[in-house]
Amino acid sequence: MPETSFFNEMLAEDHSVRDAYRDIAKWLDGLPEGQLALKTEEAELLFRRMGITFLVYGRGGSNERLIPFDVIPRVFTAPEWDLLSRGSIQRVRALNMFLHDIYHGAEIVRAGKIPADLVFNNDYFQIQMHGLDVPGGVYAHIAGIDLVRVSESEFYVLEDNLRAPSGVSYMLENRAIMMRLFPELFDGNAVSPVDHYPDELLRNLRAVAPDGMGEPTVALLTPGAFNSAYFEHAYLADSMGIELVEAPDLFVRDNKVFMRTTEGPQRVDVIYRRIDDDFIDPLAFRADSMLGVPGLLSVYRSGGVTVANAMGTGVADDKSVYPYVPDIIRFYLGEEPILNNVPTYMLRDPEDLKYALDNLADLVVKEVHGSGGYGMLVGPASTEKEREEYRARVLENPSGFIAQPTLSLSTCPTFVESGVAPRHVDLRPFVLSGEDVTVVPGGLTRVALTEGSLVVNSSQGGGTKDTWVLQE
Amino acid sequence: MLGRVADQLYWMARYSERTENLARIIDVADRMTLTPQTDETRRSAWVSALEVAGAQAGYDEKHGDINGPDVVQYLALDPDNPSSIYSSIRATRENARALRGSITTEMFESINATWLELQAMEADVVKPGARREFFYWVKDRAHLFRGVAEGTMLQDEALSFMKVGLDIERADCTARLLDSKYHVLLPASEEVGGALDYYQWGTLLRSLSAFRAYHKIYRDRISASRVAELIILNAQMPRSLRCCYDRLSETLEDLCGTSAPECQRLAGRLHSGLRYRRIDEIFSAGLHEFLTEFIEGNAQVGQQLARDFMMVR
Repeated sequence: MPETSFFNEMLAEDHSVRDAYRDIAKWLDGLPEGQLALKTEEAELLFRRMGITFLVYGRGGSNERLIPFDVIPRVFTAPEWDLLSRGSIQRVRALNMFLHDIYHGAEIVRAGKIPADLVFNNDYFQIQMHGLDVPGGVYAHIAGIDLVRVSESEFYVLEDNLRAPSGVSYMLENRAIMMRLFPELFDGNAVSPVDHYPDELLRNLRAVAPDGMGEPTVALLTPGAFNSAYFEHAYLADSMGIELVEAPDLFVRDNKVFMRTTEGPQRVDVIYRRIDDDFIDPLAFRADSMLGVPGLLSVYRSGGVTVANAMGTGVADDKSVYPYVPDIIRFYLGEEPILNNVPTYMLRDPEDLKYALDNLADLVVKEVHGSGGYGMLVGPASTEKEREEYRARVLENPSGFIAQPTLSLSTCPTFVESGVAPRHVDLRPFVLSGEDVTVVPGGLTRVALTEGSLVVNSSQGGGTKDTWVLQE
Repeated sequence: MLGRVADQLYWMARYSERTENLARIIDVADRMTLTPQTDETRRSAWVSALEVAGAQAGYDEKHGDINGPDVVQYLALDPDNPSSIYSSIRATRENARALRGSITTEMFESINATWLELQAMEADVVKPGARREFFYWVKDRAHLFRGVAEGTMLQDEALSFMKVGLDIERADCTARLLDSKYHVLLPASEEVGGALDYYQWGTLLRSLSAFRAYHKIYRDRISASRVAELIILNAQMPRSLRCCYDRLSETLEDLCGTSAPECQRLAGRLHSGLRYRRIDEIFSAGLHEFLTEFIEGNAQVGQQLARDFMMVR
């Protein structure tokens, strides 16, 4: 496909520079030869020295990797951000109400807005959550909404991440690195700060502590140093000034949760957990889990501790529920969705299945339960052979897949081997719920570094950029 | 503080201190082989280095035959040797990575930089002409570790657990180094108190950065009992057993407050032995026996500390 069919965030069709990027363009023009390469190297050195790495699973040898960092920021104007933040907040509010509803009266099912079996037979539906009232009615305290842009005014939500969305440490570190490498770039540019994210997070987590906790103790529960996102867990715990705990550090007694400290047991009121539902309590879920805290669920159910995100939020970010989110917004909020959903073919439906199989070369096909860019087929970039193999996989279990038209992801100027060139990007802003629903002006911009590629996942070789929201 | 975190802080500090000690152990053996001597005595210096480092069994399995380059390689850079300098730096860094939330950024970056620099090194950094430079580097990085810890960490229990780890490891190494003299053979032609004996004691002093201190304090020629006195009982010598236990007792007092756990009693008992004994008493009961007992007692303090504070299950 020719490059011109994609929306270029810096250059308008007449090759003039769009307003948002005026200062960036000027800055790029003024940089001495070789400067970007130099600074890119410097950035890599900084990341390595600070140990900002992630672990790649399933490879031998040294598996600690850096996520490639691109030094050219991605920019939004204030009105653009206004739309994105309002749209993301609206979505998260509705999804939290949806979660409360399906674990109580399930009015939305009774109203016929969503098929019962999609909800109740969903792998992520947690029967243990039924009838449980969680503090503030908040289930997804931290949500990451994956967005793509296709034109001046059109944004699409690719997916909602309501379980344990990661990447926020890169939003924070990318900014810190940019300010260190290019202080002059921030001088005179009204870039909204993002540094207060950890404070906002802590404020919201404290707000959902069980009743009557004056100074609630919050702890971050990590699977441990061998988890791919461990750096982020440690980074967030450190910036919030809370303990970073692993399951063996916690135990349950007298229907309360305690940490093992050097001064004996200390009560924990809120657990910001970065481990999956299935692993959190071996008594209630997977008995073979070494990562969980035996008895945690029963304390949770009796209100002795708050777990964030709540268990069972996976129903609401499941790809099979995704097509219903616009209706979910209308049903609970009585508003029209601000952000678009991507038209989605549910391959459980025979007609959709036929259409998808007939048009594999034009569609993106994903596993309903997949994530991280694994196991998907990008039609236009695939070979005949890949499509045939994928077709066979789909036919084995059609309801395990969805298909979507290939979106024309917008591009941003990116520093690659050949110089500065447009590359496709997406965006993940982080929405916090607790005391209120807010989103810090920024997010994680992921960029597909390979020319023409639409897959931005870091596990698939994508990089990241600093994301700017300009103030009025 | 979480018990697990206390445990990791303790071990991070121990591993860091161990890297420096290993550099000293190899250095002392290296220097001892530089004097004219027989193959047998040269060999005994390397065997003794392996013994002090607790790496004899592993080395035998991998190499069998004792020769300088292999021993140095095994003790310094071999990733298969769990107590090599390489493995200890890696373990320091792995603990630091798990502890990022509990140590300062400066602390982590300094440890991480050590690890990255080590990985960038070629195998020939330990060849005969270059290895002293490498040992300097290892010692420098360990000095930096302590400096960054003192200079940037809060003066709270996190730092205390690190200090305990440092002093237990250091006392262990000092005792082992001194004991190594017991294993190193003197050629039959040499007599106790002769030139080579003198040279060996001097080397031991140098490896503990105590050569000048010795002359400053005693203003006399080197003798075995004075070297032992300096290294065991002197309260001013920063690597002496006495000095390690002076600091350790102080740190434990900060940590324990009025609770007086078992580890404090064990440490106090060892400490009083160092404070109130004379060197001739130690010699008449046997230096090797004294050191063996000390090494055991010192290890027990560490184990009891884990039971008392770290909620080890």
